[in-house]
Amino acid sequence: MIYDFLFKITDSNIIASIIQSLLPLFIFILPFALFAVWLERKVSAHMQDRLGPMRVGYHGALQTIADILKLVQKEDIIPNEADKPLFNIAPVLVFIGSYAVFAAIPFSGAFIGSNIDLGIIFIIAASGFVVAGILMAGWASNNKYSLLGAMRSAAQIISYEIPTVLVVLTIIMITGTTNLQTLSEMQTGHFWNWMILGGPKFGIAKFIFIPFMIINFIIIYISTLAEVNRTPFDIPEAESELVSGYHTEYSGMKFAMFFLAEYANMFAVSAIVTALFFGGYQSPVGYVGNLFGIHWLIPIEQFFWFTAKGIFFVFVQMWLRWTLPRLRVDQLMTACWKYLIPIAFVNLIIIGLITVL
Amino acid sequence: MALKTEEMILNMGPQHPSTHGVLRLELELEGEIIVGAKPHIGYLHRCFEKHCEAMNYSQVIPYTDRMDYLASMYNEFGYVTAVEKLLGIQVPERVEYIRVIMGEFQRIASHLVAIGTYGLDIGAMTPFLYCFRDREKILSLFEQTCGARLLYNYIWVGGLSHDLHPDFIHQAKEFIKYFRPKIKELNDLLTKNKIFIDRTANVGILPLDLAINYGISGPNLRASGFKWDIRKDDPYSVYHKFDFDIPIGQGAMGTVGDCWDRYYMRVLEMEESLKIIEQAIEQIPEGDVTSAIPKRIKPAVGQVYSRVENPRGELGYFIISDGTVNPFRVKVKGPSFVHLGIMNELLKGYMIADVIAILGSIDIVLGEVDR
Repeated sequence: MIYDFLFKITDSNIIASIIQSLLPLFIFILPFALFAVWLERKVSAHMQDRLGPMRVGYHGALQTIADILKLVQKEDIIPNEADKPLFNIAPVLVFIGSYAVFAAIPFSGAFIGSNIDLGIIFIIAASGFVVAGILMAGWASNNKYSLLGAMRSAAQIISYEIPTVLVVLTIIMITGTTNLQTLSEMQTGHFWNWMILGGPKFGIAKFIFIPFMIINFIIIYISTLAEVNRTPFDIPEAESELVSGYHTEYSGMKFAMFFLAEYANMFAVSAIVTALFFGGYQSPVGYVGNLFGIHWLIPIEQFFWFTAKGIFFVFVQMWLRWTLPRLRVDQLMTACWKYLIPIAFVNLIIIGLITVL
Repeated sequence: MALKTEEMILNMGPQHPSTHGVLRLELELEGEIIVGAKPHIGYLHRCFEKHCEAMNYSQVIPYTDRMDYLASMYNEFGYVTAVEKLLGIQVPERVEYIRVIMGEFQRIASHLVAIGTYGLDIGAMTPFLYCFRDREKILSLFEQTCGARLLYNYIWVGGLSHDLHPDFIHQAKEFIKYFRPKIKELNDLLTKNKIFIDRTANVGILPLDLAINYGISGPNLRASGFKWDIRKDDPYSVYHKFDFDIPIGQGAMGTVGDCWDRYYMRVLEMEESLKIIEQAIEQIPEGDVTSAIPKRIKPAVGQVYSRVENPRGELGYFIISDGTVNPFRVKVKGPSFVHLGIMNELLKGYMIADVIAILGSIDIVLGEVDR
């Protein structure tokens, strides 16, 4: 829809698609990252009996902008012994990985970067791209801490992709689609149509699904936490052990790119969880636009509901980060291979059986 | 054909977020497993012992503050006890009571830092700030009494620099009332957290015989299951008048002498310190705190060894007097230095993440290791 609109005003394929591909960056990722960094600081501060940033703007609202200005001015340090091409390309690669994910995220009925049929599979594939960037950063820095951090990160992200994919498979089995837009449209209506409450079809199966769906949700939430390296799984950048892992040697804008990618990723995984389990961009209660017959309002409302749900899950990630200690690397693997994967498998089989019956 | 591998040498510190100052650990790694560990010290060496020889006895006190900067009160306490033993003077009872109160407050403050930073090492950042919030209250009490927040120069030979603030007793009672529930909160937040237990239980087990062989003392020795506390076993000052327990490691979450036990000792000791302070402020007599301060400290030729139970363990002072106003030698036996010696034994076979957990549980202060 956005593309058609852009095509109409610019009358050119190329310009329209370029604008469309940049839209998520400028209307969503950058403002979101600014907001999320501020939110993280405020959440942590209030959890720790502090005020957090208070000086720049109202309650420190402009603090992140000030930080970005500071980062832009900083000297871009490249260690002498670093592998320079890899060192320079790594943050870009990490950022590309997390940015590509946004192409297939359905922000609202009218605003989806690219409505591809393999949406969810594409997202998983694109987020796997980040691993390459992280490994590159760790290796090219020529720093033992960075290397250890990168190794841990690669192992962690790859392991935790398995439970994520298993959970996604169960959803695909029930709904029969991998297109996120279709998936969101299926969960339309009210919140009892959401996948976490058994999906849109009424019947016995819906109620049998509920407990398994909740387990599924917990598994995917834990494993996405691990995929974006958040506490209790922030082992790759465990600051008390590895200083800050793979991005120890980065400064200035390159560091900012890792930072941006981290916050973009946080939203991306929350968006996946939202799209799969919590109705995507669908409102839980119905639309004001429908009530008054103003149809152009609906996509905007959908956008609001989607970001609201996404930011809620981002908030939960922050909440966990400032509450829990960090696991050890072997415990992390234990949690994944001994608990999450078997449970996800059993879930997959049970849900498969229910769907067949 | 087997792949040829070699160990990686990882330099941890002196600029590292969790070596608690400027410790440098040379780790030999096989993957993430530690094969050997060598602590390198001396980055904070300030020639404390040599300086003392050029100072007179009371000028040494500010220097003792700067050794273990998290337990300054107790360092002064230990030094002053030794000098008084050398001089053979008796101090008024009120002075001794105030010293005990201050020392126990200092123990709580020091343990709060130990616990908070330990949480930070494991990755829990919030308990750290809660601990510092409570420590702040103790520091305010100190500030009100002697004007300083970290390096007090409060306990003098034969007396104290100031008497208690008139409002001190009331505020101390308020603090005790405030702090008891906070210990419980800390337990809920950190001590009984599943991830925290996973990270610390059965890690860095220090068997009792090894602990004794290495001369470990204080909470670290007690965590290995040996009931040894100089406050009870070789009482000094007025400690014999108070009723308090000495907690020892039970291995409640894993094995006796693991990191969790060492951590938990400190939580329990804060409770015991509160008990001592409570009794002391009930019993404290009236009197003058400066009356017994000698005009000129010039002990006879001789030597003395005196030890106290510092928050970290046994703090001993060995002082030789040659009959002049300056000490001939002041030798310190510091607990942190002794405890650091065991790192190589403790770390072997654990992972990098455990280095932090073990180092944090030993609770060293580099200011005192290097002096």
